Amino acid sequence: MSQLAQRIEDTFPGACTKVVEWRGDLAVTVKPETLHDVAKFLRDDPALRFDYIVHVSSVDWPDDEDRFEVVYEVYSIRTRQRIRLKTRVPESDCIVDSLTDVWKGADFMEREVYDMMGIRFRNHPDLRRILMPDEYDEGYPLRKDFPLRGKGWRDTFEFLDEPTR
Amino acid sequence: MAQFEDQSTTVYKIDPEHPESETLPTLRTEELLLNMGPQHPSTHGVLKVILELEGERLVKSTPVMGFLHRGVEKLAEEGTYHQFIPHTDRLDYVCAMYNNFAYCRAVEKLMNITVPDRAEYLRTIVAEIQRIIGHQFWLGTQALDIGAMTVFFYCFRDREILLDWFDELCGARLTTSWYRIGGVERDFTPSLFAKLKQFLDYFPPKIDEYVIFLEKNRIWLARTKGVAVISAEDALSFGLSGPTLRGSGVDFDLRKYEPYSAYPKCEFSVPVGKNGDTYDRYWIRVQELYESVKIIRQCLEQIQDGPIMADVPSVTLPPKERVFTNLESMIQQFKLFSQGFNAPPGEIYCGTEAHKGELGFYIVSTGGGKPYRLKIRAPSFIHMGAFDHMSKGYMISDAVTIFGTYDIVMGECDR
Repeated sequence: MSQLAQRIEDTFPGACTKVVEWRGDLAVTVKPETLHDVAKFLRDDPALRFDYIVHVSSVDWPDDEDRFEVVYEVYSIRTRQRIRLKTRVPESDCIVDSLTDVWKGADFMEREVYDMMGIRFRNHPDLRRILMPDEYDEGYPLRKDFPLRGKGWRDTFEFLDEPTR
Repeated sequence: MAQFEDQSTTVYKIDPEHPESETLPTLRTEELLLNMGPQHPSTHGVLKVILELEGERLVKSTPVMGFLHRGVEKLAEEGTYHQFIPHTDRLDYVCAMYNNFAYCRAVEKLMNITVPDRAEYLRTIVAEIQRIIGHQFWLGTQALDIGAMTVFFYCFRDREILLDWFDELCGARLTTSWYRIGGVERDFTPSLFAKLKQFLDYFPPKIDEYVIFLEKNRIWLARTKGVAVISAEDALSFGLSGPTLRGSGVDFDLRKYEPYSAYPKCEFSVPVGKNGDTYDRYWIRVQELYESVKIIRQCLEQIQDGPIMADVPSVTLPPKERVFTNLESMIQQFKLFSQGFNAPPGEIYCGTEAHKGELGFYIVSTGGGKPYRLKIRAPSFIHMGAFDHMSKGYMISDAVTIFGTYDIVMGECDR
């Protein structure tokens, strides 16, 4: 286990459920209830200082019990290293603590995750759809059970190549 | 916003706590909501921002995005890795080469492929040309937006030379798709080398020319100096990258700190600003033009003959001429495009320093020929997240400057 993962495990015993190091990327999965504390620790610890948020993403694993995976990737300008912080939540309770107060950039990125995957964020200041229209109600497009062609909303529009007369 | 019963005429109000104010009536004020865009020439595409104004000052701005959302990430899950390359062109359509590059690098990291030396140099040269094009485009449009028209023509005149060069290289000016997983599509011809060398001699004096137009232009200075200031700490917290971050004094360039391709073999410096305002970001971009020329020159000196594609038949494409003459190569090409290659299960993130910032691809693979999940870390999108913070307190006319300072492209922002 890498030093960094060990450091997290020592500070938050039992928080890490999985540590993977592959192709030079370190990915640490933590329990959703500890996510916020771990993120704060990563940002504030003077030896780590993960102050730059790279991206927030989500993955849908429909066959797993904990269906959704939220992924935060952060970088430390001081130590020049990356870490991928992940957490898993079930579909019945897909809500994660927002990290907007830790990294401000998480605001838009979490909104995108909500828009695309339907994962909600606790304490998010403005959790609305961001890329899809506000009135869009067909569900969340990046879920695996969402068809590529959409669910018919697109057909409600008139297109220029259709005969209008 | 204050609500008044008599909307039509009530403009004076008597303050009950200060009856003496009866003779000095206070003027009714309220904040004004203004929609900017989506059809506005200086929002660089279809972006709408709801501006809350107090007089002419911006109090709050809410970007409304997604007008150009095409579901690229969903499309990626339905095609093979090779098939996704043309989609990346349409992300940041101003700088397609860099998107190809970032994507190919991510897949190479996933597949653990080493690209041959010559291909790395070719990639670096083209990437730097693309950076020059991107910065020229930015400089031209930014100057046009805030009141200096001539620079636009000069920038586009020189950009045109490079676009023609791209045309000769791969047959397209904007949607290039020249990078391939494991290498590049075709080598430079002698004519391309000659034209590039000619351009390198021609170009640096032209950069001085752009600067002459702007460095003493009072309008330019007044509208960029001290506008859209962001501190280094905030910039990092918002995830800003590229010149937008370096303008605030953070020395962060992936070409230096996570070196890739031929960059470690070239000497170049990373310009870093001080004040975190629009002017510093402009200055950084202009300096980067000089640096790009330097990098291309070094690459041209160091480049050696050799293969331009990694030789991993299970992943990389065969040379085009062999596809038309050799049965095995044709089958290889067909299989790679229709079924794809077998990627190992796992996940990677690979960031590349595009001219706008860190363009990254996060790929989750469960094995098989298609990505299970592909997430694009688009700098334009992330920069828009800081728009409200950076525009607070500035004049309404500065909103245009602030869009421009990110070098925003909606194709990438909305994906």
